[in-house]
Amino acid sequence: MGVADLQTEVQSGTSERIVNDVALMVATKNGSGSQTSNNLIVRALFKMGIPVNGKNLFPSNIKGLPTWYTIRASKDGYIARREITQIAVAMNEMTAAEDIANLPAGGVCILPGEWKWTQSREDVVYYEIPVKETLKQFDIPSERREQVGNMVYVGAVAWLFGLPLEILHEGLMDNFKGKQKPVQMNYQVIEAAYQWASENLVKRDPFVFEPMDKTQGKILITGNEAAGLGAIFGGMTVTAWYPITPSTSLVDSILDYQHLRKDPETGENTVAVIQAEDEIAAIGMIAGAGWAGARAMTATSGPGISLMAEFTGLAYFAEIPIVIWDVTRMGPSTGLPTRTSQGDILFTYFLGHGDTRQVILLPRDPAECFTFGWQAFDLADQLQTPVFVLSDLDIGMNNWMSDPFEYPDTPIQRGKLLDKESLEAFIADKGEWYRFRDYDKDGIGYRTVPGTDHPRAAFFTRGTGHNDRAVYSERSDDWLQNMGRLRRKFETARTLVPKPEIEYDPAKEIGVISFGSNDPAIREAQDRLAADGIHTNYLRIRALPLAGEVQEFIQKHERVYVVENNFDGQMAQLLHMDMPEDTTHVRSLALGDGLPMTPKWVHEQILQREQGN
Amino acid sequence: MAKENILGLSREDYKAGETTLCPGCGHNSISNQIISIAFDLGLKQENVIKMSGIGCSSKTPAYFLGRSHAFNAIHGRMPSVVTGATTANRSLTAIAVSGDGDSGSIGFGQFKHLIRRNVPMVYIIENNGVYGLTKGQFSATADEGQTLKYYGTNDLPPIDLALEAVISGCTFVARSFSGDSKQVQALLKAALSHNGTAVLDIISPCVTFNNSPDSTKSYPYGKEHEVPLHDIEFFTPDFVAAREEITAEYDEGEAITVEMHDGSHLRLKKVDEDYDPRSRAQAITTLERAYREQLFLTGLLYYEEPRPTLADTVGLGQTPLTQVETSKLRPSREALAKLMQGMM
Ligand SMILES: Cc1ncc(C[n+]2csc(CCOP(=O)(O)OP(=O)(O)O)c2C)c(N)n1
Ligand code: SF4
Ligand SMILES: [Mg+2]
Repeated sequence: MGVADLQTEVQSGTSERIVNDVALMVATKNGSGSQTSNNLIVRALFKMGIPVNGKNLFPSNIKGLPTWYTIRASKDGYIARREITQIAVAMNEMTAAEDIANLPAGGVCILPGEWKWTQSREDVVYYEIPVKETLKQFDIPSERREQVGNMVYVGAVAWLFGLPLEILHEGLMDNFKGKQKPVQMNYQVIEAAYQWASENLVKRDPFVFEPMDKTQGKILITGNEAAGLGAIFGGMTVTAWYPITPSTSLVDSILDYQHLRKDPETGENTVAVIQAEDEIAAIGMIAGAGWAGARAMTATSGPGISLMAEFTGLAYFAEIPIVIWDVTRMGPSTGLPTRTSQGDILFTYFLGHGDTRQVILLPRDPAECFTFGWQAFDLADQLQTPVFVLSDLDIGMNNWMSDPFEYPDTPIQRGKLLDKESLEAFIADKGEWYRFRDYDKDGIGYRTVPGTDHPRAAFFTRGTGHNDRAVYSERSDDWLQNMGRLRRKFETARTLVPKPEIEYDPAKEIGVISFGSNDPAIREAQDRLAADGIHTNYLRIRALPLAGEVQEFIQKHERVYVVENNFDGQMAQLLHMDMPEDTTHVRSLALGDGLPMTPKWVHEQILQREQGN
Repeated sequence: MAKENILGLSREDYKAGETTLCPGCGHNSISNQIISIAFDLGLKQENVIKMSGIGCSSKTPAYFLGRSHAFNAIHGRMPSVVTGATTANRSLTAIAVSGDGDSGSIGFGQFKHLIRRNVPMVYIIENNGVYGLTKGQFSATADEGQTLKYYGTNDLPPIDLALEAVISGCTFVARSFSGDSKQVQALLKAALSHNGTAVLDIISPCVTFNNSPDSTKSYPYGKEHEVPLHDIEFFTPDFVAAREEITAEYDEGEAITVEMHDGSHLRLKKVDEDYDPRSRAQAITTLERAYREQLFLTGLLYYEEPRPTLADTVGLGQTPLTQVETSKLRPSREALAKLMQGMM
């Protein structure tokens, strides 16, 4: 049956049909293979042209603990997480009672018919589906049964709300890379469940999906896959890493796409990936590689960042270009290892003992993960310093609807890197070359790399005090001069890093500042606030050090709210620290509960404060 | 006129800054041996990287080969830095200096993992049984039962770094004594010709904190007790930096000759009893016996034909990554467009 036929069957006795505007939640057990089935639904909605997100709220566990997957379809293009989901696909008996209790009035619950349960709510529509019975019809190997069993709810959801079977079939082809056997094994179950639903269920809820054209030209991708691709297009040559959730799939992406970088003439690899023994070794390796002239990076998360502190201080002080991805998860400590957070801002900004300041990029979505993925290497080379990219679990591991990635608009930048010939020319011109002398007054010296075939190319790299000739020195004046130059370099960084994104209308008195993955929640909250008569401007910080535009934005508003996904309001603190006189009217709205930011929370927080004003 | 080597350089040209270590420190004499052999071999300094961690020993790269790039990293982490640098540019020759604290304690894990990866380098441990730079605490190689003025008695058994290297899969392991310049030089030359990790555990006395005759890391002890396993001679008809396949042959009777691919020879002449460094089992039992019987055995402890280096195992070609043209570091516009199309 096609989608059109289906719609004629909708019995909307109680209310009008609600088209392409619903959030659905699938509750399963971790490790049951539901990622495949959930992705199938998300992909189908996307292919139908409906703006969609899919967020996996999973436990730190390989098998058995409850896991929830939320899918939001929004004809209006809102892709932030919604706190309330109207449809619950309750496949986990352990959590079913809670899942049902969380539904709003008029919500829908789909659950296995074989469970013994008592209906707890009158205001919910129930659909029981025969999971075990359906599976019994087919000869499915026992180790596949759990994963394939999930296809029963896919089939039921497809019939109930309108997902075309052809698109689901395509999705399976995509997922199993065209392998007929697993495609068929899964598809027969979807078909059977769909058939059963059409013969046995009566649709009693208002929610439907209908094809539209709002995803045309878009792609669906995770931030980690995008970041890995960014590194491939950024000329990365060495990656060293140690596995940690949620950064692992970033390196997997590099491994998946490194073939794009095979030298077309020699067939040689131009990418080396080393799995180190720990994060100290990983960052040590890239410090060595960056020093030797490679474009080197690592990817990690909080605990790894902690281990990297000493080396990032060295790389800052010895001025070595490296790129460090922190796909942030919830700390302190091991914290909530599979939950998202923006809690590493202050730690990475000052990472390293003594007076250290690091450059940080803050992508908001996969498209920016790609762009910052290549740009980070240019910045690191230009500034001769570590560049951190702080993504988070929400961007990194969830599928986001994104604009397709744009090809880098500038050629690869290597910064002030002297080879044999340019060193010779430099010396001919200036009569000298000293590694840390500030010839251009931007705080950035000219560097050489080992292997440069020139008797004067060598210099001594060290984390101890040195003068501008790279010679060991404990003299206070040398020390102060060097620190002063590093500060000057940081000011140069302020002008080179990506500028904030600003939406400004002088008529509006309230400013909202945020960054990273909060973006969809902020935008939707702005619309909701506008409906309440509260009009806001928005600035999205894209990098640290903070650009001058941030200060101007703050100065131009009566009240400014800084929204972030951590407990302490770290970005707000940084603003207060950077511009104490301008920030008396800056208020922190921080929530670090391990989950992606919701428009509901942002809306309520600002509304509450504005109404109290 | 000073003597010149094959590159037309004098021994002076292989020096660097003046040492700031204590006069008489064993580390200084090792720096001098490095200068000597580099001059002898006609080593091209521009292609050498000098690497170290933190400690008195780790300061020494500032005192030799002034025309080489150097990286004085952080305590115990030199191995990872060398791993990255030689992966970035596999044509570099890495000479690294570490201490017994640097490699035997804080950096023990990195030491072993570097060996496991077979990162091609000369890994010198200047082993004095103490932390020199922090003023004389016991290190993990200190003698069991030894007493020092401030720190009392060490009740823990020592870690044998040469044995650890053998166990970790190192293909070139030697022990020597900084007072035995001839042996140190021969071993350094051979190590430079080895295409893999070459570990040299050199007893290098700390004259300030650990030089009393009853310490096995002291000059008096070393001079009196050193037992070379063989006399080592290194022959270099024509030093070639590229080191690949090495074969070993046993000369009937008195000597083992290891012939290197580049035409260099390492001849190990029998001193006392037979010792064949090509047997891992013999290396392990010999080190075990040396420990039990408190023997100071020196020489090439273990040698095997090098297995693939890290650059090979991560699948790199011969072109150093740092020499790949920038134009080849970014896939084409079409490649991205095709990928994006596939995702729509
Ligand atoms: C992380 C860290 N911890 C401690 C130190 C202090 N420290 C400097 S050198 C050293 C020990 C050096 O001993 P060894 O490696 O044996 O070198 P030696 O001075 O004996 O040659 C220590 C503990 C340091 N530099 N870094
Ligand atoms: S303290 Fe010991 S190891 Fe350090 S320089 Fe002096 S003698 Fe050498
Ligand atoms: Mg020591």
